[in-house]
Amino acid sequence: MTPPPQAATTSIGEPNGVAMGFFFLFIAVTLGITYWAARRTRTTEQFYAAGRTISPAQNGLALAGDYMSAASFLGIAGLVATTGFDGLIYSTGWLVGWPVVLFLVAEPLRNLGKYTFADVIASRLSQTPVRLAAALGTLATVALYLIAQMVGAGSLIRLMFGLHYETAIVIVGAAMIAYVLFGGMIATTWVQIVKASLLLTGAAILTVLVLARFGMNPAALFAAAAQRYGDGVLAPGRLVAKPFDTISLGMALMFGTAGLPHILMRFYTVPDAKAARTSVFYATGLIGAFYLMTFVLGFGAMVLVGPDAIRQVEPGGNMAAPLLAEFLGGRAFLGFIAAVAFATILAVVAGLTLSGAAALSHDLWVNVVRRGRADAAEQLKVARVATVGLGILAVLLGITFKGQNVAFMVGLAFAIAASANFPALVLAMFWRGYTTAGAVASMVCGTVTTLVLIWLSPTVQIDVLKHPSAWFPLKNPALVTIPLSFAIGIVVSLVAARAHEAEGYGRMERQKHLGGAG
Amino acid sequence: MSGPTPERDARLRTIAARRWKVALALTGAMIALYFGFIALIAFDKPLLGRLLAPGLSIGIVLGACVIVCSWLLTWVYVRWANTRYDADLRSLGQ
Repeated sequence: MTPPPQAATTSIGEPNGVAMGFFFLFIAVTLGITYWAARRTRTTEQFYAAGRTISPAQNGLALAGDYMSAASFLGIAGLVATTGFDGLIYSTGWLVGWPVVLFLVAEPLRNLGKYTFADVIASRLSQTPVRLAAALGTLATVALYLIAQMVGAGSLIRLMFGLHYETAIVIVGAAMIAYVLFGGMIATTWVQIVKASLLLTGAAILTVLVLARFGMNPAALFAAAAQRYGDGVLAPGRLVAKPFDTISLGMALMFGTAGLPHILMRFYTVPDAKAARTSVFYATGLIGAFYLMTFVLGFGAMVLVGPDAIRQVEPGGNMAAPLLAEFLGGRAFLGFIAAVAFATILAVVAGLTLSGAAALSHDLWVNVVRRGRADAAEQLKVARVATVGLGILAVLLGITFKGQNVAFMVGLAFAIAASANFPALVLAMFWRGYTTAGAVASMVCGTVTTLVLIWLSPTVQIDVLKHPSAWFPLKNPALVTIPLSFAIGIVVSLVAARAHEAEGYGRMERQKHLGGAG
Repeated sequence: MSGPTPERDARLRTIAARRWKVALALTGAMIALYFGFIALIAFDKPLLGRLLAPGLSIGIVLGACVIVCSWLLTWVYVRWANTRYDADLRSLGQ
């Protein structure tokens, strides 16, 4: 019924003309978009928020583009191909944060802020301390996410194109600086839209090619996997040996999505709250469809390529989807998928850099250092300096962490977003009694306890540092740090209650529903 | 849009309270859906491994269900907001 698993004959790692061709085409098109966008980027509103002219459908695609990283495409396909059902737990986990973004965050955020999520918290509390604390959470999230993406990009490109690691990092850094520096949010949005379309198309073609071999019936594919590797591949297994690890990671993914600065920033690019609402609906559909396809891609790679052949090419299993593409469509299709994976990384780092630059320039420089007295030209200049600085920093970090196991940093970035950014945002929007002291304590503690606990966790102590044991039992600290951060925010606010800050909430209530911030 | 009056403020508070209730209920449904799935993975592995048909374990079907139901929940909210919530806010301006 199905062909036997292939031996590891692959051209992965050899220079691939098709991959190079698609890749340079993508660079050329996106730089063309950047040139077009640069002529429309004259004000801070255009630089940070694309002039608030992005349509809901466009923003839905761009949100999907910002969110679907190479980790989700290559990592999850690889995990399913090598472990079966256990990998699918991640496919569902990466989606479930989106409804939370819609129900709690998207619309009030759009109505209350201008460019960053700190705007919302600062709109009713004291500017300086709140923005300093929010910038800490934002920059910690962005830096960790950037390291993971840059190191992934370097390794991936070396593996697929045969380029040097450092060369690959510099190319990624240069392209992303160009997009953000000249084209701001307009270019970044369109890079995301192109990337999301390519990724969804590539995954859809692969899915159809796989299903075509099984009579277009996913159950027949799963049955073939069970027949060859045992019914165990269709049930939870080794990867979820510890229940509380699974629950903790689930919490980080569910609430972290609603605290990711580069995702939150996208809601300022649409004209109003209703458009923000509709764009999450589109994004959830697109991202959900993508993760459903990872079911088929993962099991397809398991049956058609084989887990051993996949691990032989790269022990982490990350080459499952490219190997599947090569098996089904030859070198040309492998080249296309390789270029799509590269475009995926490039787009995500561009979005991250823009949100980091907004925290540095809009939150720290304009509102803390200059206390809101910077004119438009200065604001734009500082934003661009911050972009170049962050871009160079990302390249240096990527080179510094070469060869390190940084996969845990994505989970960590989600844990910080869920523990530092999400509780502060929700309490500021929905709780009258919230105070400046409570917000600052909650955000600082959320960031610091997450970093400390991940350092003491098995993820770092055992997996990275190779120590025999770890002081803290959970691999991801979200199960502890999210409730802790909410509790600290509430307790400190109650202890140091301020009447005038509760009045600020009353003024905010109207704007939260009716808008009017711009 | 006309400015705030005590009467409009009271109506806004009603709308806000209703929006908050809907948001909380749907967030609760989402949490129950996902963590229910996770709890089954953690505490009842044999159930999820049971086959409904060749190749279709309960685990795989529920996993796909979580994704589809998440999206349906966003649809439910958007339907409610586009009809009830937006209409309530519009009536506030008159």
